[in-house]
Amino acid sequence: MPLLEVVDLHKIYTMGDTEVRALDGVSLSVESGEFIAVMGSSGSGKSTLMNLLGCLDRPTSGHYVLRGERVSDLNRDELANARNRLIGFVFQGFHLLARTSALENVELPLLYAGVSGKERHRRSRKALELVGLGDRMDHHPNQMSGGQQQRVAIARAIVTEPGLLLADEPTGNLDTRNSHEIMGIFQKLSDTGMTIVLVTHESDVAAWARRIVWMRDGHVLSDEPHEPGSPVHPPPIDPGLSLGVP
Amino acid sequence: MNLFETIRVALRAILRNKTRSFLTTLGVVIGVAAVIAMVAIGEGAKAEVEKSFASMGSNLLVIMSGAHRAGGASGGSGSQLTLTWEDLEAIRTEVPSVRLAAAGLRGNAQIVSDEQNWSSQVTGTSPEFFDIRNWPTTDGALFTAVDVEAASKVVVLGQTVAARLFSVGSDPVGQMVRIDNVPFQVVGVLAKKGQSPMGQDYDDAAFVPESTFQRRIRGGLQKFIAGQVHVAATSQAGTTKAEAELRALLRDRHRLAPTAEDDFSIRNLAELASAREESTRTLTTLLASIAFVSLLVGGIGIMNIMLVSVTERTREIGLRMAVGARPRDILAQFLVEAFTLSLGGGAIGIVLGLWAAEWLSAKFQWPMQVSPDIVLLAVGFSAAVGVVFGLYPARKASKLDPIDALRYE
Repeated sequence: MPLLEVVDLHKIYTMGDTEVRALDGVSLSVESGEFIAVMGSSGSGKSTLMNLLGCLDRPTSGHYVLRGERVSDLNRDELANARNRLIGFVFQGFHLLARTSALENVELPLLYAGVSGKERHRRSRKALELVGLGDRMDHHPNQMSGGQQQRVAIARAIVTEPGLLLADEPTGNLDTRNSHEIMGIFQKLSDTGMTIVLVTHESDVAAWARRIVWMRDGHVLSDEPHEPGSPVHPPPIDPGLSLGVP
Repeated sequence: MNLFETIRVALRAILRNKTRSFLTTLGVVIGVAAVIAMVAIGEGAKAEVEKSFASMGSNLLVIMSGAHRAGGASGGSGSQLTLTWEDLEAIRTEVPSVRLAAAGLRGNAQIVSDEQNWSSQVTGTSPEFFDIRNWPTTDGALFTAVDVEAASKVVVLGQTVAARLFSVGSDPVGQMVRIDNVPFQVVGVLAKKGQSPMGQDYDDAAFVPESTFQRRIRGGLQKFIAGQVHVAATSQAGTTKAEAELRALLRDRHRLAPTAEDDFSIRNLAELASAREESTRTLTTLLASIAFVSLLVGGIGIMNIMLVSVTERTREIGLRMAVGARPRDILAQFLVEAFTLSLGGGAIGIVLGLWAAEWLSAKFQWPMQVSPDIVLLAVGFSAAVGVVFGLYPARKASKLDPIDALRYE
């Protein structure tokens, strides 16, 4: 059984009179332990797909099964619970709580999971040590570099040991050196068996992944295995869809 | 997330923005302080009225000649003399619910001692009067029935008069004073009585035997009583019954037709006291309602700031939801925050209100009385303000969509 499976997923936004088909029939299956990069230009629907996979949003139609549970049928409370237990999310903008120490930021998901204070501390320390911030637990976000902040965010995403890590442009706000550092951590997590799905438009970031999914106009354009480290190329373009593309 | 954690998170949010939190609670602080201070002063005024009526004698009835018309009261009563000495005798002997009765003949007179002179109210009466008014002497003694019989030239002075006529340290008892140029010997000085509910000084008075008053100070008609008749009912509860019996007796003695108006009037002080209390209670209610309005305004201030806070922290709410906060966790967080703000404001308000009441009563000599009820009420109300006015912003926060909240700029 795959870790997650989406079948014929549609997401349609209505803006006034016009319908925007952000996802138009996406099907995808992810096995446990995979390291996938979802690529595509902006507006291709990759962020929408990410939000649906992250249980932050519900599809217009189609279904989504995560660890045998039909997430697309869950209510708001159950979705919150799923986000808490099954999924770790890393954002482009870090989204750390200001004026709050790294340790307390990492503890946040455990707070909503009802974990006791002592256990929260222990697990948060461990997560921070894993991302190499064992010596900065008391620092506040404004005392840290972008790369360090994103590492705190990764620690927060993995502290509940969710099994699935979703990252939406995790290096989008970082310079090359910090990007490399972050991808190194993803690589390390992947090696421990964590399933990782990340969205990016940078080829050298996607190059770390072992499977690459290209999206365009709400469809999956190609879905191929990839040798980590080898260059990433856009798929051969279907002449029918190539109009206007340079 | 359990309640303890929720409170901790809310407290952190409050302390993160100390100045704003303080300004937010200020509305509730002032509201609660106003309620406490106003009610303390109102209750104090009520207690004062009760006390002054009690000092007058709670089972006291006063009968005056002449018709008592509402609105034109003083014009009617006493303007035409109808009460006779025989009426007084009948009141003493024929009405069972009357314990004691005494005439009070009143006039203003100049009282002169060796040292000073002072214009005061001189009352001609009998020894029963002091019993009816529950008014003992501190120095010397009261005049007696024998003095009344003999029309002795003796006088009992109120505290104020004694203080005006005699210097500190000298004993007035035994000394001579002249009242309208007639020499009187001071036999006693009365205990301090204080003020009447209308603010009149009871102690600014002198008392002489009624017979002496008629003979030496104001002549008048011998048959009629030129003043009032003071009556003590057998008990406080009996005043209404006594009033009815007195009315029946006097109407009968004055041979009034059933349709005719009374040619006398009876003031029942117990009734007057309760009417007075009623009016101070109304005042208290009025003051308290104004204060409650300011508390309400304080609540709206909290709501306003909470709404701002929700907007400002939209991204934080989105993040909390993304890592697993349920809508009710967010609701609880903001509700507890509003609740803590208003309850904290309430606590500061109580201290401030008690202090303000203390200060006002010291400054203006207003009596005050703090009842625990009102403190509890103010605390309860401020907590309720927090919940009621915090609910709308908290619900708004909990209904946010996680994605929209995360993307909020």
